[in-house]
This record gives sequence, structure tokens and C-alpha cells, in this order.
Amino acid sequence: MFGKLSLSAIPLSEPIPLITSFVVILIALGVLILITVKGWWPYLWHDWITSVDHKRIGVMYCLLGVLMLIRGFADAIMMRTQQAIAIDAPGYLPPEHYNQIFTAHGTIMILFGAMPLVLGFMNFLVPLQLGVRDVAFPTFNSVGFWLTASGALLVNVSLFVGEFARTGWLPYPPLSETTYTPGVGVDYYLWAVQISGVGTLITGINIVTTVLKMRCRGMSYLRMPVFCWTALASCLLIVAVFPVLTATLAMLTLDRYLGFHYFTNTAGGNPMMFVNLVWAWGHPEVYILVLPAFGIFSEVFSTFSGKPLFGYRSMVAATLFICIVSLMVWLHHFFTMGAGAAVNTFFGISSSIIAVGTGVKIYNWIFTMYGGRVRFETPMLWSMGFLFTFTIGGLTGVLLAVPPADFMTHNSMFLVAHFHNVIIGGVVFAVFAGLEFWFPKAFGFRLHEGWGKAAFWCAFIGFWVTFAPLYVLGLLGMTRRLQHINIPEWAPWLYVSVAGVGILILGVIAQVVQLVVSIRDREKLRDVTGDPWDGRSLEWATPSPAPFFNFAVMPNVEGEEAYWGIKLRAVETQQLAEEPKYEPIEMPVHSPVGIFTAFFTSVFGFAMIWYIWWLAGVALVAAFAEFVVFAWRDVHEYEVPAEEVARVDRARRAAREALLDRLSRQGALP
Amino acid sequence: MAGLLFKGAPARAWRGLILGFLSLGLASCAGGILDPLGPVGQGNAIILIDATLIMLAIVIPTILLAFWVAWRYNAANPKAEYLPYWAYSGRVEAVVWSIPVLTIMFIGGLIWIGSYKLDPFRPLPSKSPPLEVQVVSLDWKWLFIYPQQGIATVNQVVVPAGTPVRFSITSASVFNAFFVPRLGSMIYAMPGMISQVNLQADSAEEIWGISAQFSGDGFSDMQFQVRSVPAADFETWAAGIRGSGPRLDEAAYAGLLQQTHRVSPATFGAIDPELFQAVATQKIAPGPGPEPEGPGHAGREVSTGGKD
Ligand code: HEM
Ligand SMILES: [Cu+2]
Repeated sequence: MFGKLSLSAIPLSEPIPLITSFVVILIALGVLILITVKGWWPYLWHDWITSVDHKRIGVMYCLLGVLMLIRGFADAIMMRTQQAIAIDAPGYLPPEHYNQIFTAHGTIMILFGAMPLVLGFMNFLVPLQLGVRDVAFPTFNSVGFWLTASGALLVNVSLFVGEFARTGWLPYPPLSETTYTPGVGVDYYLWAVQISGVGTLITGINIVTTVLKMRCRGMSYLRMPVFCWTALASCLLIVAVFPVLTATLAMLTLDRYLGFHYFTNTAGGNPMMFVNLVWAWGHPEVYILVLPAFGIFSEVFSTFSGKPLFGYRSMVAATLFICIVSLMVWLHHFFTMGAGAAVNTFFGISSSIIAVGTGVKIYNWIFTMYGGRVRFETPMLWSMGFLFTFTIGGLTGVLLAVPPADFMTHNSMFLVAHFHNVIIGGVVFAVFAGLEFWFPKAFGFRLHEGWGKAAFWCAFIGFWVTFAPLYVLGLLGMTRRLQHINIPEWAPWLYVSVAGVGILILGVIAQVVQLVVSIRDREKLRDVTGDPWDGRSLEWATPSPAPFFNFAVMPNVEGEEAYWGIKLRAVETQQLAEEPKYEPIEMPVHSPVGIFTAFFTSVFGFAMIWYIWWLAGVALVAAFAEFVVFAWRDVHEYEVPAEEVARVDRARRAAREALLDRLSRQGALP
Repeated sequence: MAGLLFKGAPARAWRGLILGFLSLGLASCAGGILDPLGPVGQGNAIILIDATLIMLAIVIPTILLAFWVAWRYNAANPKAEYLPYWAYSGRVEAVVWSIPVLTIMFIGGLIWIGSYKLDPFRPLPSKSPPLEVQVVSLDWKWLFIYPQQGIATVNQVVVPAGTPVRFSITSASVFNAFFVPRLGSMIYAMPGMISQVNLQADSAEEIWGISAQFSGDGFSDMQFQVRSVPAADFETWAAGIRGSGPRLDEAAYAGLLQQTHRVSPATFGAIDPELFQAVATQKIAPGPGPEPEGPGHAGREVSTGGKD
């Protein structure tokens, strides 16, 4: 009836997961009770959960990402403290627990933290920047988000029921086969990643279609903001490589569930093939993450320098160059299998060639500031921190791409330092810059400047104090994933690293305080103009928060930096463009198909993990039925009456008149 | 010791430039990969340092330029001219593309030469013929078989100083990586396959090796002693072991296949010469993995037993 599931799956004898489970369940219950008592359910249901508005979905993606970053950070604190304590000692986390933690940390940070954040930004921004009202497939988009959330849920359920994988975030066989890891951990990993992978693929298809087919009038490819280019490149990579991941994990699933022998130790299985296939996804994956981050920085550098991005075409070329070359370098993750000199030379050189594209971008950002009026508001601080941090991370990346150097540093703490250097310095810094930058567009008020800066300095300093020692440890021969340490010379560096984590904790606290203070002071921080940073692309043409239909009238773009052009013209002619004739707008209806599908896929995943076959069957049919019901719907869209559109847009125009007045008096615009 | 690596003339000029993490590493590098004990480690370390220097030569000026530009053009500086439309310059673009291209051409050359010169499979030039050592990674210990000497050891490898050693490596269960940081290149131990690495210790010293690829619960203790001893002592050592202690045959090996933690060094006075091939070709079945559901698992390792 319940497959492998029994009460012993709950870690009653292990205080750490048990207490964590308790606290998390209490918090969740508290939130649910609060929502019920305050009567917020209808609002949440109609305006968020069933929403197909790309901005709402983008915000929910970001919320999920931030929550998972915090969960992953908790794992990180445990790992750093364990290693600092367990020097010639067992520490407080036994291997079977410690190994779950680093596996969960990697999986959560990349797939359920960074990915949702990046997808969230793409969802939120691409339609606004392209001057359109939604993505190509709005309901599909909601399904994609909820599937990602479903995967995240399964990973977190593994904390309370059963266990998570103990194999590392890429579960290399034969360790991940049933012979060596018989528990449910790897199965949790497989189903969680598979389900969220479908969600990611959906978003990828959606954004590619949106960029290729839905730009507003005049928005030719070479007028798109660079962020849209990077989103396109990133989503092309998603479409190219997520199916590879799905197929690879499906093969491992067949091995585990049905006794196949794709990657098993015996009967002709080839475990090295898993490594090969998984990195054919894994390397492009890091560029899926970092390309949109480059896009965010491009917007920030240009806006806060008061100048167009330097070398726009060069930036586009570099983005596409990286997109293509990143598909041809995956072997650098396993030089140490002993492929032979010719193969290593090829992949070493192709890997370092990627750095050319990255290098060009760095120079272009520097020259964007050249001749500008650089304002060091919080997003710009993150961007400067990025320039420094990422350049060093690129340097160590190229070192790892030199095979003889990799033979000494592969899987070492040096490697760990490298990828945190690029992922935190690149992706996470970009996310924080972006949250600061676009927060007013989503919620109508800015975040508190002082706390934002405090958060930046803690994160920046904390990052270097935490990870610089890891470079040293790598040079001292320390490998990653050690549950305890037998070499006392490593101890001092591990202590320094823990101190760094302390500073990072302060950074997280500063972020939380920033949010709370900003919500408290929201009236003072209100963005009345819709253009709080003197922006240049179309999202700043909308009021803050942007109305659900984005644009009352579809914009007509006449050059690069669409909104900057509009603004200049208004200042020159001393008036806004004439009031257009407002027409009714068709918007897609809200739909619960996303949340229902995700509910059933979560049940399906859980049932598969615990071998509850009947339930898996029922849930799968139910999830599919969702789509059938949706396909039979009669009403696709509803009409927003012209008067409503006019009302919203007249308010916007009034705010713009005031802004125009101010700008003209300042004479700020050149 | 690390200073040795800086003998090259161009490198000396750059010495002062080694900042930040690298200098920290060098200051305390004793025992690490920048303190090599043999030619392979030395070759790797020199390439690592050369590549770092080549890149620092570009990266440091770039970072300085970034901060200088940001400071100089900050909005509060009225002296800086404002060029609101300056967004393209063919000349700057040309420079911007050529700097990284040139740097990477240098690095590419280094990669090319280094990959061939330091290919782990490549025999080391030496007057003396290489010592053969067969390595099997097990859950969670290392087995070293000396076919020429007819002996075997666990978690301890002794090599003659100044003589190349050819390690042939396989795994009896999951992936591991055979890595002795002060000797140089690591290489994966993979089930059903044999990989090779040629290493050499130049002087007598006691160092350690480690597994550099996560392999399960006992991974942290997959550390082994490495003793390089004068060539003459090596023969005495081998002779002392030969004939004493148990014989490594299939039965003894079956014991090793079981999962064990923190295994102390041990020796075998005789071996079955076919054993390594039998392991590598999986004629002997791979390690069985964890025991099916024991009371020690306390409900967390919920399993169906050793189902394949
Ligand atoms: C400048 C270009 C880069 C180069 C040449 C480079 C090179 C490498 C190499 C050779 C490795 C494998 C090292 C080893 O396993 O021994 C590696 C690992 C890694 N890199 Fe990079 N990298 C670059 C940029 C990035 C970026 C931008 C990201 C992410 C945003 C990234 C994320 C990672 C991750 C996550 C790993 C480790 C994965 C694992 O083993 O679990 N790298 N990099
Ligand atoms: Cu890679």
C-alpha cells in the first residue's frame, strides 16, 4: 500500500533534521494561519497563485530562489563549521549526514536557488523591455514555474521523510546506483530535478519564442536591450541542453528502478558515460546562469553611468560567441580521466577561448563608465564588486582549463573557490544588483539605500574572507567533500573561512533588515515617476508598479535605448507625446492549471520515490488530465475596457508631466 | 622550496606581482602542490605559475583601470568631462578584442605544450627502468600491488627515490582519484578500466596521498602514506615483506572488498600475479556496497537491500 514508506523514514533519532523539520513546519503553519486569519487567500489565489502575468510569475520565481538561497546557506554554515571542528576529530555531523548536506547544498543552490532567480528576472523583464504585454505562452509559463516549485518542494521534503542523496550534486554512478546507494536519497534527487527540469525547459521555450516572435513595433534585433540578448542566449542553451540532462537522469532512473545497465559497474554499463553526458549539460548550465547576469550588469553599468552601453554590437557578438563555445568545452570537468594529450589540448584551448568573450565584456563595461557620470548607488556597488571578483574567478577558471594545472587542482578546494568566485561574484551579485534595481518596478517603492550598501559590503568582504582561504587550501592539496580532516596544517585556513561565513551572515541579516525597513518606509521610498534611476529601456516607460497589461498602447521604437529616446524627445519638445486613442486590451485569463499540475507531479514524484505505484499512476493521470481540461477551455481571454486603460495611462502621464518638468528645470539631460 | 620555481629569468621580474591568494599560498605552501618532490609535480607547478603570471599581467592592469575609471568619472567629480554619446570606437574595440585574444594565445600555447609534455601516460625519461605499481581503490582504502616484487600493501606505498614509478590504476567499486599532491598529476580510478600515471620522487621523504574523487561514507579516510626511500633501502624493504605475512589471493581480496573505514596500513608477503587484471576486467565481481539494512541504519538508510 505505501511502498517503502514507513514511520522509520522520519528521522526521529537524529536531532538536527528533526528539529529543523519541526521549526520549518511550525513556520509554514504560522504563515498559513496568518494568511487564513487575515483573509488573504482569495487575493493570493487570484492575484498570484493562478496568475499568468509574467511579472507576477517572475516575482514568484525570485521569491522561491531567495528562499532556497537561504536554505542552501544554512547548509553552507553547517559544512564550514563541521570542517573547522572536525580536524582530527569526528565533528558534529557524521558522514551519512554531512554527505547529504553538501549534495543538497549544491543541488539547491544551482537548480533551485540560482536558476529560479535567473528565470525570474527573464520572465519579469523580457516582455517589459521588448514592449509587449506578456510572454508567448502565459499559462504554460505558470505551469513552468509551478513545476520548478514542485521540484524544490520534493528536495525539502527529503529533509523530513527519508533522506537526500549522498553522492554530490551530480550523482556519479556507480556510486549513485542501487548497489552503492540503496536508499531513497538519489531517487529524491532524480525526481526533483526531472520535474523542475521540465519547468525550466518550458520557460526556455517561452522566452526564446517571445524574443523571436513578439517584439513591439520597431524593436529590431539590434535594438533589443542587451539583457534580452543574454536571455535569448541563455534560453537557447536551455533548449539545447536540458533535454540532455533529462535523458541522462532518465537512464540513471531506469538503472535504479528497472535494473537497466546504462551506467552500472557490471553487465556492460559505462559509468564514465554518465560523467560525459552530465557535463554536456553541466558546463552550458553555468553559462545559462551567468549570461543573464551579464545582461543585468550591462543594464546597471549603462544606467548608472548615464551613457549607452559601450560597444553594444561587440557585446551581442561576445554573448553569442560564449553561447556557442560553451557547448564545446565540457570535457574540462574530467581531464583527469586520462583522455590523452590531443583531447586535453583541444578542450583546454576551447575552454580558455571562452574567456575571450568574457574579457571583451569586462572591457566594454569599463569603457561604458569612461566619460560617464557614475552614480554609486547600491546596484552599482554590486557591479563594481562583480568586476573585481569575477575577473579573478575567470583567471582561476582559465588555470583550471590548463590540463597540467588541473591535474593538481581538480576536485580540490581551489576548484571550490573558483566556482564560488564566478557564481557568487557573477550570478549572486547580479541578482542582488537586479533586485535592488528593479524592485521599484515590481512593487512601486525603492529599497533602503543604507542597508543595501551594508549588505553589499558584508557580502563582498565576507565572500573574500570565506573563499580566498579555499584557494590556499587547494594549493595545499586539500580535496573537496571531506567530512573530517586528518592534516592539521589546513586548520588555520579553515578557521579564517568560518570567520568569513560570519561576515556573510551579517550580510544576510542586512538584506532582511533592508527589506523590512523598506516595507515600513514604503511611503517615503515610493517611486511616483516610474523612472527612479533615470533609466534607458522600455520598462522604465511604465508606471511603478507596472500595470498588468504593461503598456496602454504598444510602443513604437525608433532606435536603440527605446525609452531614452522617448525621454529626450519629450525634453526637447517640452511635452509628452500626444495622448493616444485608448482601445480595449485583450488579456489572458488566470488559470489554476499550473498549481494543479504541480500538485499532482509532486504527488507523482513522491509516490515514485517511495515505490507507491498505484498512487504514482493516479497522480500521473491526474496531471495529464489537467492539460486536457485546459485544452477544452472556452474562454481564453478577457477584455480590459478602454476607459480602464485610459484611467491607468492618464495617471502615468500625469506623473510623467511632473518628471518632465523636473528634468527640464534641472537641465540634466544632455 | 617554492622559491626554486622562480629561477626562470622572466618569472623573477614578476615575483613582486604575486599578490593576494597566491602569495598567501606560497608563504605557507610547504606540503602542497607548490612544493613538488619530483619532476611531474615540478612541471605542473611551473605551468600553474606561468599561466597565473601571464594572466595577472593583464588582469591586474584591467582591475586597476576599472577602479580608476569608476573613480575618475564618478558623478561627484566636476572635472571629468561628460561624453553622454560616446558608445563606440573602432580603435578601442580592436584593442578590446585583441588583448584577451593575445592572452589566450599565450595560454593556448602553454596548454598545448603542457598537455603533451605532462601527459600522465607518458613515461618519464630516466636511466633506470620504471617500477611497476598496480593500484586498486576499494571501499574505503587503497591496495598497492608490486608485481615485480611479488608483494602488496594497503594504504601505504613505498617507492625508491630517483626512480620513475608507473602506477596502473583501477577501481574495485566506485570512482576515486589517485592523488599524491607533492608528486604531481592525479588520475581517476575507474571500475572496469585501467588508467596510468607516471610519477617520480626525487628525494627520500615521507608524504601522503589522498583520494580526490568523492566515493561515499568512508571517503575522508582514504588517505595513504607515501614513503620515498633511497633505492637500496627499497629493495631491503621489499625483501623484508616478501614471504612474511598473508598471501594476497582471491580469498584475501574478498575480505578487502567489504566496506571498511579507517584501515591501517598492512602488507602481503605474496600475491596472485593475475589478481590486478582480474579486478580490472571485473572477472572478480566489484565490491558489494553497503550491507543490506542493518540495525545501525536507524531507519534513515531506507533500502530494499543490495538490489542491483
Ligand atoms: C572564464 C571562463 C571559465 C573557465 C575557463 C572555467 C573553467 C573551469 C574548469 C576547467 C572547471 C573544472 C575544474 C575541475 O573540475 O577540475 C570548472 C569548474 C566549475 N566552474 Fe568554471 N570556468 C569558467 C567560468 C565559470 C563560470 C562563469 C561559472 C558559473 C557561473 C563556472 C562554474 C563552474 C562550476 C560550478 C564548476 C564546478 C562544478 C563541479 O565540479 O561541481 N565557471 N570551471
Ligand atoms: Cu565547465
